[in-house]
Amino acid sequence: MNLLLKGGRVIDPSTGVDQVQNLLIKNGKIAGRVEEGQALNDPELDVIDISGKILVPGLIDMHTHLREPGDEYKETIASGSEAAAAGGFTSIACMPNTHPVNDNRSTTEFILKRAAECGLVNVYPIAAISLKSEGAILSEFWDLKEAGAVGFSDDGKPVMNSALMRRALEYASSLDMPIISHCEDVNLSAGGVMHEGAVSAEIGLVGIPAAAEEIMVARDILLAEYTGAHIHIAHVSTKGSVRLIHEAKARGIRVTAETAPHYFMLTDEALRNFDTFAKVYPPLRGAKDREAIREGMNDGTIDTIASDHAPHARTDKELEFDYAANGITGLETSLSLSLSLVQEGILTLPELIKKMTINPARILHIPKGTLAADADADITVIDTEKEWLVDPRMFRSRGKNTPFQGQQLRGKAVLTIVGGEIRFRDL
Amino acid sequence: METPLNVRKLDRKDILGIKELSVEEINLILETADSFVEVSTREIKKVPTLRGKTIINLFYEASTRTRTSFEIAGKRLSADTVNISASTSSVVKGETLIDTARNLESMNPDIIVIRHSAAGAPQMLARILRQSIINAGDGAHEHPTQALLDMMTIKSRKGGIAGLKVAIIGDIAHSRVARSNIHGLTKMGARVFIAGPPTMIPYDIEKMGVTVHTRIEEAIRDADVVMALRIQTEREKQCIFPSLREYAQHFSLNKRNISLARKDVMIMHPGPVNRGVEISPDLADCANSVILDQVTNGVAVRMALLYLLAGGSNT
Ligand SMILES: [Zn+2]
Ligand SMILES: [Zn+2]
Repeated sequence: MNLLLKGGRVIDPSTGVDQVQNLLIKNGKIAGRVEEGQALNDPELDVIDISGKILVPGLIDMHTHLREPGDEYKETIASGSEAAAAGGFTSIACMPNTHPVNDNRSTTEFILKRAAECGLVNVYPIAAISLKSEGAILSEFWDLKEAGAVGFSDDGKPVMNSALMRRALEYASSLDMPIISHCEDVNLSAGGVMHEGAVSAEIGLVGIPAAAEEIMVARDILLAEYTGAHIHIAHVSTKGSVRLIHEAKARGIRVTAETAPHYFMLTDEALRNFDTFAKVYPPLRGAKDREAIREGMNDGTIDTIASDHAPHARTDKELEFDYAANGITGLETSLSLSLSLVQEGILTLPELIKKMTINPARILHIPKGTLAADADADITVIDTEKEWLVDPRMFRSRGKNTPFQGQQLRGKAVLTIVGGEIRFRDL
Repeated sequence: METPLNVRKLDRKDILGIKELSVEEINLILETADSFVEVSTREIKKVPTLRGKTIINLFYEASTRTRTSFEIAGKRLSADTVNISASTSSVVKGETLIDTARNLESMNPDIIVIRHSAAGAPQMLARILRQSIINAGDGAHEHPTQALLDMMTIKSRKGGIAGLKVAIIGDIAHSRVARSNIHGLTKMGARVFIAGPPTMIPYDIEKMGVTVHTRIEEAIRDADVVMALRIQTEREKQCIFPSLREYAQHFSLNKRNISLARKDVMIMHPGPVNRGVEISPDLADCANSVILDQVTNGVAVRMALLYLLAGGSNT
């Protein structure tokens, strides 16, 4: 089936396009722009009028937790894929902290097989740096790359052993793959369940100092400089991390970074009433950190927005704060929350789209995030004016755990196309 | 009948922390408690005020003192009191707190008193259950009944709280007693100074309106009230302080440093006291010590709260 998307404002940062165009999709590929009248009488052609909407390369979320294998009650590859499509994502990269951990070829192959079976969005597995993510023995990087992994991370656990991190960087570098680092010094963060600051001081929860993240960001930058390898800093949450990354980039070190919407939307104030839905790792930080994250988005220090989609079941969150699971279900709110940065003038729309398309594609070296001719027809159409209420009951994700519940948001994906096929439509 | 006849009702379902209470509410509770002191001095220490009411003491953390105090308070008001002890480890393994709470709710108690090692646990119950919840101490968050009995004790000796200089000494970071007292005392117009090793002072605690010192002498100087906190001896192993001996040498209340305070200084401690660690042995029993008054007032304050929440009437 061929498709004509008519009258949308096409924004493709990879090619510098930003204009109203009619975009033609043929055989699952981008066939290019067509003028009014031309090719429109093709009986095979399905025409969708998207005037007034924004058409962008399919969004990419490079940090998602699909809970399969192991915790299917929280999410499956199928339910996560559905949530991704509904959130406007055509490609997602999934973290390896499943059960078993994705530290071996067969698990990577299993994930890809399942993803292909449900056939909704592109799923790119990220494999573990170390066996069982225990931080002791490197997993088989070659094998994992051949099986389809696009990066390595022990997300959920930091690599505390600096020597192992150095070897991982060297090895990944030779395969032209990034190491994605969950930065946390576990001795400094031990026992902590929220940001250490005035709120933790008052409500008596054990705090995690910003330095627990920053020390590891600094270490990883030093190791990236030493090895010449590419380090990608996951979920940046503090002002100090932004500063360190900014300086490292200025010195030409191969470092990239992501943050998640909750870090530029919320602060630790959200925890005053012990709301476990706002319990995340790293924790929601202070107002100055939130401000610095926004600045880092604006000046390019932070390359991409990742959802860090962490779906949990009700029973994982309906517990005393100390025992509740960390994480926010993010795929279905990520784009809308990110659009608020445009509404507030922190990013232009093309800058935001860049952070959610071509930047993550480049970091992961995947052939996505572009509307160039002959590229896979992965497309997201956004209605930037559409108002909607966050109602987790409506989520496709099995995880309903969001602190944004009940909020009115503006802007939403209304059409998600993967390989020329419509995977989500709300037009 | 002799219990307060003209007491207004407390216009809230739960007592979760001092933070939420207004000055008027605190005064109401303290006045009500005053009127209950007398009941405990009678030959027959019982009034029929809460006859037919059921109070559950749900303790996930051992505390003989607080639990007994609540139990006696309930019994003196003629309520039926039920004690449930559970260990936190069983919570993590099996039945969740919410499961337990829903089960208790089905048995229709009137008030649930909860002590839990996790901060925020009473808040969670209060959101879910119809019953009144009283926080009997949650993690390092709040211990409102302790702060109320402390305020009652200060008020009865000093005539009031406004304008007093109060020093709180010791492990502020892990102390719910400290947090509740900081909320209460600052709200009632006292100036609060805290002191302890820097490892026991929470980051950014100044934002609660206290002055922070790392030398005990500076906090104690000219104080009207000095409150020593209990030191959890196992914290040594968490590198919070090098040794009990060193702590005692620099942060224990003794004859020498207490002489910096006002002559009529009140010495308080939430108990149980590690003698020779928080307070030198002679000082704990001196005339300025009100440690046992605190215990007595604890029963009266808890009677007042049960009475005000259960909407007791005099029949
Ligand atoms: Zn992580
Ligand atoms: Zn993650």
